[in-house]
Amino acid sequence: MKINRISKAIFRCVLLVSIMAASGVAHSALRIFACEPEWAALAEEIGGDRVKVFTATTPFQDAHHIEARPSLIAKVRRADMLICTGAELEVGWLPLLLRQSGNDAIQIGQPGYFLAAEVVDRLEVPERLDRSEGDIHAAGNPHVHLDPRRLLLIAQAFTERLTLVDPDNADWYRARTEDFGRRWQQAIHRWQAGSSQLQGESVVVYHTAFSYLLDWLGIKAVADLEPKPGLPPTTAHLAKVLATVKSSQPRAILVASFQDDKAAAWLADRSGLPVIRLPFTVGGDPAAKDLFGLFEITLSLLQGLQSSSRMHPAVPVGLSDSPRAVASPIRPVNSAQLHLRPQKTTGDLVSPFSSGRSGV
Amino acid sequence: MRKPLFAGAVFAVLAVFPSPSLLAGADSEEIRLLKQQLNSLKQDYEARIQALEKRIEATASTAQQAHSKAREASRQVATVAQAPQQEAGSNSFNPAISLILDGRSTDIDDSELSLPGFQLGGEAGLPEDGFATGHNELVMSANIDDKFYGTLTAAIVNHDGETEVELEEAYIETLGLGHGLTLKAGQFFSGIGYLNSIHDHAHDFADRPLVYEALMGGHLLETGVQARWVAPTDIYLTLGAEILSGSEYPSGDNGSNTEGYSFFAKTGGDIGDSSSWQLGASYYAADFDVREAGGHHHHGEEEGADNELLNGEVELFGVDFVYKWAPMGNPRQRNFKFQAEYFARDEEGDAEFVEGMNSAEARYDGEQSGFYAQAIYQFRPQWRIGARYDYLHADNDISDFVDGGIDLDEFLDESGLGDQGNPERYSIMLDYSPSHFSRIRLQYGRLDDGRDDSDHNDMLMLQYLMSLGSHGAHTF
Repeated sequence: MKINRISKAIFRCVLLVSIMAASGVAHSALRIFACEPEWAALAEEIGGDRVKVFTATTPFQDAHHIEARPSLIAKVRRADMLICTGAELEVGWLPLLLRQSGNDAIQIGQPGYFLAAEVVDRLEVPERLDRSEGDIHAAGNPHVHLDPRRLLLIAQAFTERLTLVDPDNADWYRARTEDFGRRWQQAIHRWQAGSSQLQGESVVVYHTAFSYLLDWLGIKAVADLEPKPGLPPTTAHLAKVLATVKSSQPRAILVASFQDDKAAAWLADRSGLPVIRLPFTVGGDPAAKDLFGLFEITLSLLQGLQSSSRMHPAVPVGLSDSPRAVASPIRPVNSAQLHLRPQKTTGDLVSPFSSGRSGV
Repeated sequence: MRKPLFAGAVFAVLAVFPSPSLLAGADSEEIRLLKQQLNSLKQDYEARIQALEKRIEATASTAQQAHSKAREASRQVATVAQAPQQEAGSNSFNPAISLILDGRSTDIDDSELSLPGFQLGGEAGLPEDGFATGHNELVMSANIDDKFYGTLTAAIVNHDGETEVELEEAYIETLGLGHGLTLKAGQFFSGIGYLNSIHDHAHDFADRPLVYEALMGGHLLETGVQARWVAPTDIYLTLGAEILSGSEYPSGDNGSNTEGYSFFAKTGGDIGDSSSWQLGASYYAADFDVREAGGHHHHGEEEGADNELLNGEVELFGVDFVYKWAPMGNPRQRNFKFQAEYFARDEEGDAEFVEGMNSAEARYDGEQSGFYAQAIYQFRPQWRIGARYDYLHADNDISDFVDGGIDLDEFLDESGLGDQGNPERYSIMLDYSPSHFSRIRLQYGRLDDGRDDSDHNDMLMLQYLMSLGSHGAHTF
């Protein structure tokens, strides 16, 4: 039959191509499949040139919403080890990649299967599991990498795992981890010393992406643009957020590199709060070239907010310092607009506040 | 170090005071010399002790510093270290369970599917008119151990007032056999095509493409074994082969229940960060003794008509293509998906139609083909629009006709083998998904079955699809 002949010819071609491709594969460095850029950066810090790291997602993608694309299956197929966040962050795609890959080295329970969030304590573990609470993770908030102390623990646990997968290079990995740990500890001291004035500040967040960063720095999230975790912002919810902003006077709205800024812009327009786009992960900002750079740019972006407010001594500095700010619920919002939006003249100051009301 | 020094000093003292007589006769110059030596010894001794003390002090302070640093580090780390809190309830090892709820309200001109040139079978059909529940699926899956994964999907459906449980999939699959190999066994949707192995609730339209309805009876749902191999290449390439019972439509009952087989190949990759694609080719073949044609019924006709294909063989060849786009690969706000599949079926056998005392027989050799192409665009979070076009074509060759009381025209019409037109359908849909787990869809379709004398079959449907429980990941 005609169809039979055509199909046979096609399969012969495909088989030939695949055999040629398979025979051409050379393999020296340990192949590591990293689900997110931060783990790719960590694997490179520790593995140096003895590992070859592939990153499954970019800083501009939301790791909750990735598809088990053909290209990812091909990469998992050849990985000697994988490092992912876990805590259900990749539940929509990683299990499928594992099942499709036919690779025994990186299956659950193998040394080559490493989930970073599982070696540290997690925040926001829900007490009640119900989907009416949104897209919640039973294992708690998975975005652990933005706490440098947790990151160090993860680095150590990852290294131990790496030495199991690749014992020949165990000394190399351990030495590099020791060196990384030393530099990282110093950096933590430096960052903590340099950001002590951020303690006690409050912000508006978009998703629980920065919970660990805020927990480390002692910054409070007073409102979330998402009505429930994982659900897009709604106008009704944003109106509530605006009311919260008026009563608790946060300093800024934080959004991550991969997030849409429409909702944040809406709130910024009506509240006068500045929007700070944080890189969230390595590569999320041109300055966030590695893990050190990620924290440095993140902290400097957060501190830029502080220094910008100090540039205008005519207005009260830091709302939390002013006892009057607590006493009067209206004035502090206006004064916050004054010093957080220095480009505005005094005449414009009332309008964003009132237009916020009429816009809701 | 201290001991020899001390002994030296004692010896020196003894040497200085040997006896009073010697002392009396000693030269004052000699005593002065001895005193000098003693002093220098003493100074040397003290200097050494001081140096030693300094070194001990330094060591102690370093140790102190190291200790406090270590304490500081461990204090910091202790606050974030994992406190293992494993829940050890009896349900910890329960499989992941999810339930799909599917309900529809449909306004359709004619809910019977009849396509000229296609002997329909399997689950081929059109949505019911009025209120109806669709496939309410119960899915259970888990890793069985470190070697196997298992899953079961049962559809609970209402057929003409009767509640029926249909087994959709029930299979096991190896986990990490290594070398890119995976084996699957049980009842499963065959790996051919793109949509075939995707459950209906994950389709982008409420009904299946016509080419699936017509050539595969909805899905090629088979029992057997499947082997897949992923090539160790940078570009994705997977090859699969299946040995199947060959007793499901488009094949039929056969003696050994192992008369079917299939091959498929898929390749794909990314184009930059924003786009990805997949291209597949598939082939299926089976032999059968008897294939009962279903699907084709006219209202008001007497029961007991037999429409069969005997001693037949069937082959199916298909190509499928999927392209997905999302800005920077982030589908959250906007994304676009295009997919198209083409299938051709080649089948032959002895066609037999019996109605009461009358019958007709013929030799049948048919080639049927069709395709669909669809595009889905998510224009804002939670909202998607989509359009689909379906087309079918049949080229049937009927020979050696034997009239047993039923003439050729009636035979061609009743058996579904008369190929007088090209059925086509246009569909559009709009859906709203408040979360990952819920979807409400409005769909309109216009089906033209290709017969000269028939009208368009219009359909308007409002559908909900909800997913409860731990719903697993979906394929690309």
